[in-house]
Amino acid sequence: MKEKVLEVRDLAITFNTSAGKVKAVRGVDLDLYKGETVAIVGESGSGKSVTTKAIMGILSNNGTIDSGEIHYTFEKEGEEVTENLLNFSKKQMRKTINGKHIAMIFQDPMTSLDPTMSIGNQIIEGMRTHYKTKKKIAQAKAIKLLELVGITDPKSRMKNYPHQLSGGMRQRIVIAIALACDPDVLICDEPTTALDVTIQAKILELIQDIQKKIGISVIYITHDLGVVAKVAEYVNVMYAGKIVEKGTVDDIFYEPKHPYTWGLLLAMPDLETNTEKLVSIPGNPPNMSHDIVGDPFYPRNKYALHIDKEIEPPLIAVSETHSAATWLLSEHGPEYSLPTELQARITRMKEEAKHYAAG
Amino acid sequence: MDKPLNQIIQNKVADFTFVGQKNIKVVDEVYEEDSYWKQLFKRIAKNKGSVFGFIMITLIAFMALLGPVISGYDFDEQIAGHESMAPRIPVLENLGVFDGSETLKTSTGELVVNKYETIEGGEEVYHWFGTDVLGRDLFTRTWIGTRISLYIALVAVIVDVFIGMSYGMISGYYGGKVDNIMQRSVEVLNGIPNLVVVTLLIIVLKPGLMSITLAIAITGWIGMSRVSRASMLKLKESEYVLAARTMGAKDISIMYKDILPNIFSQLLIMSMFSIPSAIFTEAFLAFVGIGIPVPMASLGSLISENFKSLTTHFYMIVPPVLVLALLMLSFNLLADGLRDALDPTMKEV
Amino acid sequence: MKKYILKRIGMSVATLLVIVLVLFILMQLLPGSPFNDERLSIEQQQVLMSKYGLDDSVPVQFFRYVKNMLTGDFGKSYTISKNTDVSLLLQNRLPTSLLLGGLSILLGSVAGLLLGVAAALKHNSLLDSMATFFSVIGVSIPSYVFALGLSYLFGFQLSWLPMLYNADDGLRAFALPAVALSMTVMATVARFTRTEMIEVLNSDYMQLVESKGVSGIQLIFKHALRNASISIITILGPLVVSLMTGSLVVEKIFSIPGIGQLMVQAIQSNDYNVILALAFVYSALYIFVMLAVDILYGVLDPRIRLAKEGANG
Ligand SMILES: Nc1ncnc2c1ncn2[C@@H]1O[C@H](COP(=O)(O)OP(=O)(O)OP(=O)(O)O)[C@@H](O)[C@H]1O
Ligand SMILES: [Mg+2]
Repeated sequence: MKEKVLEVRDLAITFNTSAGKVKAVRGVDLDLYKGETVAIVGESGSGKSVTTKAIMGILSNNGTIDSGEIHYTFEKEGEEVTENLLNFSKKQMRKTINGKHIAMIFQDPMTSLDPTMSIGNQIIEGMRTHYKTKKKIAQAKAIKLLELVGITDPKSRMKNYPHQLSGGMRQRIVIAIALACDPDVLICDEPTTALDVTIQAKILELIQDIQKKIGISVIYITHDLGVVAKVAEYVNVMYAGKIVEKGTVDDIFYEPKHPYTWGLLLAMPDLETNTEKLVSIPGNPPNMSHDIVGDPFYPRNKYALHIDKEIEPPLIAVSETHSAATWLLSEHGPEYSLPTELQARITRMKEEAKHYAAG
Repeated sequence: MDKPLNQIIQNKVADFTFVGQKNIKVVDEVYEEDSYWKQLFKRIAKNKGSVFGFIMITLIAFMALLGPVISGYDFDEQIAGHESMAPRIPVLENLGVFDGSETLKTSTGELVVNKYETIEGGEEVYHWFGTDVLGRDLFTRTWIGTRISLYIALVAVIVDVFIGMSYGMISGYYGGKVDNIMQRSVEVLNGIPNLVVVTLLIIVLKPGLMSITLAIAITGWIGMSRVSRASMLKLKESEYVLAARTMGAKDISIMYKDILPNIFSQLLIMSMFSIPSAIFTEAFLAFVGIGIPVPMASLGSLISENFKSLTTHFYMIVPPVLVLALLMLSFNLLADGLRDALDPTMKEV
Repeated sequence: MKKYILKRIGMSVATLLVIVLVLFILMQLLPGSPFNDERLSIEQQQVLMSKYGLDDSVPVQFFRYVKNMLTGDFGKSYTISKNTDVSLLLQNRLPTSLLLGGLSILLGSVAGLLLGVAAALKHNSLLDSMATFFSVIGVSIPSYVFALGLSYLFGFQLSWLPMLYNADDGLRAFALPAVALSMTVMATVARFTRTEMIEVLNSDYMQLVESKGVSGIQLIFKHALRNASISIITILGPLVVSLMTGSLVVEKIFSIPGIGQLMVQAIQSNDYNVILALAFVYSALYIFVMLAVDILYGVLDPRIRLAKEGANG
């Protein structure tokens, strides 16, 4: 039996803004198992970052958690305990969880390092705060970490300041900072989006490598399904503050059930389709400061049903691992077939996979 | 699925059919129904400070226009026998305040006097803010003085618009050497404290409104030139400016016809921030004794004149101080509110 | 960094030279100098001219003037204290004014910094609104209004503190004027600190710091305030200017024998040598503060401190 590390249930988050209340997250469930990677995929503004910030306890002050639980299982003084992180005060979170057990890597390495502190001090700060590690020892470990994340000449890099490093290097530093206190969960919030394509691949590899080496559990946020296939075991597709489809990588790629997932898959470039044929999903995500009635995907959905206009579909299970929030799966749902383009795509992907498996 | 939902669905089985793409909205949903100006106005109205500021400024401007007319006195009229009279206001006098009496501190103790009772025909005399040591009506003088401050406010904005904006826009637009020279010059000018520039200027020229205006013209525009240079740098690489340039439009026309209209409202709002410091400059000059010459009055010169009677007739200094403070506060609050409504991330000049 | 500092020093020297040039030109133009006195005969004027080197070429005169200014030889006072060296007049007054200014800056910055940080940490709370309210009032009301109020209330009505300056009172004599002057400083610093701190606290790197598990004092001082302070020190320049202006009036109100009061006297009695000398002193003081701020800025910000020579100077 797999060990569950993190279990998010019915998480809902609202922001107070001058333009009114923004319901950024509207009831999210998420499970993370030990040593595995779960991906959260979705367009910009779907609430991916907000969900993970809630797990870290670093929501901005205008955000409130309306409901939900975040159960986290970790080792505390040699014993395994499970606690609801939402019951922790900010201070408790910093003292017992942040950095020590759950660490995070942010989207933009250009802005996520403190410009006035040397790289070395930023890496050892966590160890010094949590474990009062001696400076010498912490520094030695920091150099090891820098080696681990592939920084050459780590000793002299320790004295550098962020502005002296390139974007790719900075992201490696951020990863080193996150790993400094040997956390058991690593949250990666679009760690490669802001980087050059060539560097993206390298950072991605690095994260996979590290996971293999130290067996850490990872939540990986991205809006690129292509990345998901490489890194994750489980996928959660998020739309307008809700998970609309979840399953294993195979479930999502070979048997997608939600029209939104179809859209994402079709928007993903692959070798055969030329870029002109790539179809992006029409329209834009809904404005979350308005009340949402019915399925928020309704105005963009070519497969919309009349019922979608009135009632938001719940997650309907397809298999033990796979479920999707669309009325198409309901017992009353109409007959439908996948877009032909997508069917072709899936067949191709399956062949490719076989090819890899064989080779 | 929970029970109630199931039941609802049972009743809606007929709705489980395709809509058929009539639902697709490719065009962005229009989130904001109001026009730019209406939105701006709404946001300003939400800010209590700016509303207060706006109302106060309107009220003060109204009084500055009307006050001297309705008081029944001339601002430079020295009425013999009416020297140093405490404020007396109809209606309120019946409540025991502003009835023209004042408490004098003497060596033997405190003494309450009411000059309105001792002068001839005093029953009918009302000086709402009292009179100064020369027997001039302070109500009239305060509002006359306010006119000067409002004029100064106007000067500050005009200086910002004509000198500051042009300087910054030219510097930003041409860039390179021109920008370098212009920015170094500003740096040098900025390296001289305003106090020095203004006093030197006034001792060379004759004290008076013209010199004060000039002093503000020389020192007041630097902040605005920075802001407009920054806006220009942002906009000059934009597509429509490049388009205009390839069409062969002249630099001046690009600057004033294509770029300025896009930044003007923002810059105008930023110019509000230079009003308080201009008003303050005038008041400062007056206090130092090189402001508006007598018998003209400005808020600053009134404070400076009446400061001499601070310990004997406290009421004399209160009206100009109060109006000055309120005016500065209101302009600051309004400017803050406008800036926040326009762009909360914008910083002060 | 070296290049940066050299550039700043160059800029300061250039500014100072421009000021001296302006003063030099003004000195030639101003009426009332002994050389323009019409009662003197041509011969007498000639004697005076050669005595003061006024028959030398203009550049020579200018460089002599620069030398005089830099060595503190500002000529003699005409009216305030006949034939006394201006430098002598300054000698006793400058320390008094510097002490007053220093006290006000210290008092105002510390209070303002605390208020601003507190408001930013409790952003959108009652404390924040109150801090914002008081700082708008503080920024809006000229320091001499505070001076008048304090002097009337604590000096005159309550007689707690001296209303007029008396050297025998020691620091007590500075209490009211320093508080009056520090109000603007406090309000400005509080406002600016609040804005900067809010921005820094919402920055990406603060989220990373928090996600490391850093909190409390370490978070505020080692990261937030350290980053905010880079911009906060830049308001020191403008503050010094407003302090100078304020001190002129406040020194007059409390009759403090400082350079501000001297300036007011000189302006009112057209004592040009004193005015020009003070203009120089004020400018030099300001330029010095600005230079110090720039250098401090460079020290605090590693992006400037570690800038490669030739790049980003
Ligand atoms: N502090 C905040 N105040 C108000 N609204 C917020 C705040 N933070 C996030 N939101 C809103 O919450 C919604 C979800 O934001 P979130 O950052 O989680 O998106 P995301 O899925 O991470 O997108 P991206 O791919 O762009 O990072 C957005 O509509 C955003 O505007
Ligand atoms: Mg995000």
